[in-house]
Amino acid sequence: MLPVLFVLTLVELGSGLVLGSFEAQLLQYPSLLVLVPVTIGTAGNLGSILAARLSTSFHLGTLTFSPADDELAGNALATVVLAVTVFPIIGVGAWVATLVVTGGPALPFSTVVLVALSSGITLAVLAVFVTFTATYVAYRFGLDPDDVVIPVVTNVCDVLGVVVLFAVAQLLV
Amino acid sequence: MTVRDVAVEAYKEALPALAASLVGGLIAGVVLGGMRAELRAVPGLLVLVPALLATRGNVYGSLGARIATALHQGLIDPYVTGADERLRAAATAALANGVLTSTFASIMAFFLLTFLGSPVAPLPILVGIAIVAGLLSGIVLTVVVVTVVFAGYRRGRNPDTIVGPLVTTTGDVFGILFLLIAVRTVLAIAGVF
Repeated sequence: MLPVLFVLTLVELGSGLVLGSFEAQLLQYPSLLVLVPVTIGTAGNLGSILAARLSTSFHLGTLTFSPADDELAGNALATVVLAVTVFPIIGVGAWVATLVVTGGPALPFSTVVLVALSSGITLAVLAVFVTFTATYVAYRFGLDPDDVVIPVVTNVCDVLGVVVLFAVAQLLV
Repeated sequence: MTVRDVAVEAYKEALPALAASLVGGLIAGVVLGGMRAELRAVPGLLVLVPALLATRGNVYGSLGARIATALHQGLIDPYVTGADERLRAAATAALANGVLTSTFASIMAFFLLTFLGSPVAPLPILVGIAIVAGLLSGIVLTVVVVTVVFAGYRRGRNPDTIVGPLVTTTGDVFGILFLLIAVRTVLAIAGVF
């Protein structure tokens, strides 16, 4: 297991370097710093839940890789709606938490919620794309999606979480 | 099933787990937001954060999955007392994997940042933080995973569905909390010399 963990660590250090590149901004606006673990975590969870469901459908034989497949479309839709549900709550939570911890947020309420929601929707779409691709590749190569797809998707979504948060922060803050 | 049926079922199934990890993630964020002084004092620490958090999830998620499978197969009993040889071996292996991977992350982060010409704390400081944080969070996460999965199993819950949300939630919280404790400990020790 150790070689796999080392490779995943190198991937995660990539996202760490992205985080390091906007460290000054994160330290200036603690609301953004508060958003980091929860955004990474939720992105990884959206991906891993979707991957687990697709793996199960795949093993049950109810999944076909056609754009018209109800199973694929329904799961993709649920992922995006889940993001639209939880990310505004994440934004509100991060803003309130910053207020409590630091005594005064440097960013307005609307900005923090907007950053969280925009990051969330973008991440949900990316998570769907990454999970579909990984599941399809595993299927083509005859690998068990349970073994391969979930760790790959979780760690890729972790990295994307940081990259998307960085991009959205540059646009909106 | 129509697209709508699939979506509604997937949504209902995922929401509780997401909500639990959301709370954990926000608590971790609050601790991270409160350690800005430490992040300034140890350049390169922020670069390590995603790798350390992911290691907690990967290592202890895998430990939880192994315990769940062993319970299903009847290889271990869901009681901690008189701890089973298999359980002890799996927990020790997880702890070793966690500490080694954290150490590897800190060494690689040091060399990457040095190579890129970015400011970075001395290697012994980063390695010390990674080892202390990896060890402390590993011990607590092992205890939490074993205790909660056993308790859930004894109450008739499927351990497979407990492990994921449990590890993502507690992994983030304890990962960051022990990172803060490790930074303070290592800086205090370094200040003595």
